[in-house]
Amino acid sequence: MTITHTAKKTLAAVAGIALAASLTACGGGGSDAASTGAAGTTGTTASGSASATAASTGGYNLVPKDTNGDGLITVGFAQVGAESGWRTANTQSYQDYFVAANGFKLAFADANQDADKQKQDVRDLIQQGVEVIDLAPVTDSGWEPVLQEAKDAGIPLIVSDRQLSVSDDLYLTYFGGNMEQEGKTAVKWLEDYIKANNVTDPINIVHLQGTIGSTAQKGRSKALTDAAPANKWNVVYEQTGEFTQAKGQEVMESFLQQGKDFNVIYSENDDMTYGAIEALKAAGKDPKSYIIISFDGNKSAVQMVIDGLIDVIAECNPLLGPQVGDLIKKSAAGDKIAKITYSVESFIDSTNAAEKIKTAFGS
Amino acid sequence: MSRAVKVIVTHRMFFPLVCLVLVLALNIIVTVTTTGSAGPFFQIVMTNGTLNGPLITILNRSSELVILALGMTIVVSASAGADISVGAVMALSGAVSVWLLGYGQLKTNNYHVLTYVVPLAVGLLVALVVGVICGVWNGFLVSKLKIQPMVATLILFTGGRGAAKVVSDGQIPKVDVPSYKWLGSFIQDSRGDNLIPIPTPIFVAAAMVIITVVVLRFTALGTTIQSVGINARASRIVGLKSSRVILMAFVFCGACAAIAGMIATSRIGGIDTNNCGKMLELDAILAVALGGNSLAGGKFSLSGSVIGAITIQTLTTVLYSINVTADQLPLYKAIVVVVIVVLQSPELRPMVRRGLAAVQGLGTRKVAER
Repeated sequence: MTITHTAKKTLAAVAGIALAASLTACGGGGSDAASTGAAGTTGTTASGSASATAASTGGYNLVPKDTNGDGLITVGFAQVGAESGWRTANTQSYQDYFVAANGFKLAFADANQDADKQKQDVRDLIQQGVEVIDLAPVTDSGWEPVLQEAKDAGIPLIVSDRQLSVSDDLYLTYFGGNMEQEGKTAVKWLEDYIKANNVTDPINIVHLQGTIGSTAQKGRSKALTDAAPANKWNVVYEQTGEFTQAKGQEVMESFLQQGKDFNVIYSENDDMTYGAIEALKAAGKDPKSYIIISFDGNKSAVQMVIDGLIDVIAECNPLLGPQVGDLIKKSAAGDKIAKITYSVESFIDSTNAAEKIKTAFGS
Repeated sequence: MSRAVKVIVTHRMFFPLVCLVLVLALNIIVTVTTTGSAGPFFQIVMTNGTLNGPLITILNRSSELVILALGMTIVVSASAGADISVGAVMALSGAVSVWLLGYGQLKTNNYHVLTYVVPLAVGLLVALVVGVICGVWNGFLVSKLKIQPMVATLILFTGGRGAAKVVSDGQIPKVDVPSYKWLGSFIQDSRGDNLIPIPTPIFVAAAMVIITVVVLRFTALGTTIQSVGINARASRIVGLKSSRVILMAFVFCGACAAIAGMIATSRIGGIDTNNCGKMLELDAILAVALGGNSLAGGKFSLSGSVIGAITIQTLTTVLYSINVTADQLPLYKAIVVVVIVVLQSPELRPMVRRGLAAVQGLGTRKVAER
């Protein structure tokens, strides 16, 4: 039997990744175009700042099709868990989109942030005979045996949200956001802001990092670390707030009491930004007198942009369902799908916040 | 003179205070290196209706830990074990109160409480009741079923946070009513101006310390708890209701956890069940140990635990601010903690004394030989 045959290999792989099991809080991945998935900005045809890299398909010939002839493509979605508002909105977008009206049926598996459980989830989906699998992996390694099983069973598999460190002949495509691009979007906004407003004061940045080692933290931090020396920006404080409001607030308080001056706050998700703003208020400072840069774009955060508390949010939209659906449809129609698809990245500032809040996710 | 020194050095509070001074010194050094003088560390300024300064921040931030340490001290003393469920109880009581305050409107409002369904006082009272119930459960397991405290409280340590997630639907419900934040920040008037410039948690922590100290000092309760902790069986034979004393210790600890949970949820204006009180149980146990209390139960010192709690928070704050890279932070904390705990070891002092005496003896002998 296939499963017992690969069981040993899997066990070894599982043991190797067990320690790395608790990554990202914000989750990641997304695109500006998500909320308007039908607008044709997704996939290989993405325009604007979209970057779509085509790699060799590496002998991966599976394409989604309606194998059981019920007129619907059954999509098995192996989700990370319900770790944050971002993730909840992400799940919701799959549940809303993959319905009979759009030609789909959804089989949903929630891994509760447990990497071992998620491997079992994918096996269960294979057993159920779903026609496509969408995997939003808890961890990025140790997936070879499971992916091989899916391939052997003839089920095309899409990796979404977080990238895997496996050979690319084991999956159809990766679809998700580009964290580093989000960071670059934020950095670019700051550069433009400084130019437009003729800021001559030295730029002193407080850098609130996400959970160290998570995809979102690595990408967003890299963009700032790369850009700071070139622009002669000083990063005066750098510390993780673990993507939570409470930690963001506490860390910010400890910075405020040390007395170094700063004028920019670069906070790698909305929750930490809320905390930083609370800390500023508690210290009797006016958040409006700082340039505050945030990530994700929860509804409350967009409201804060309108209120002038946050200056810019680099968007990380979780509404991936419709875009993944588009990819599946295209692939089923015989279109060649790129191995990695990133989508349009955008930002929210005072110029477009009033418009953006209408489609903002979460609370 | 040397006798006075001896009295001071051998005093129970000596080492906890030395530790606090050491950590404060570390903080001052950091301030000096970043700003050029020690002044800013002691500076307290009034800006926009809030009193500000490093000392205020540290006291404010240590409030939850001080309150937890009070309850933990009593539990450790009476049961010779620790209550490791306090962090989870914080999350659970916070989740229940937010759930009740926004009862029925949470889902429709995208997990925001826009108006109170029940008065805030009721919500907070219910949080306290949840803490007490958790305490009764822990206390029942330990005192009646004679389960080891660590094992008994392990149940709520894992289950409590799970229950909190169920109550909050795995979301992070927020409370948008301004008065909800009073407990965790400042008491304000209707225009949003601060009525009292000092953060409320400091008052709550101070009140809890005073009440606990007064009750234990002016009733026989303090002695009773110590007696039960030293020998529960002997105390029972003498006529003390040992199991009831242990039960009450856990109830008090649960109530303390609930109050700490209220402050923590009020600080962020919502309940993040994944992170509320996370790992705080360990800091609370550490505070008790740093305060010079024996984890084997019996005699205890509340003031020691309070100093221990403030020491831990001072350390956390300084480590955050000296740009110790985040992934190394626990290591530095561990090193300092190891040093502090070793300094307090009862075996170390006689060892040092013997060592000193040996060196001195060597010296005098050499002189005599000449």
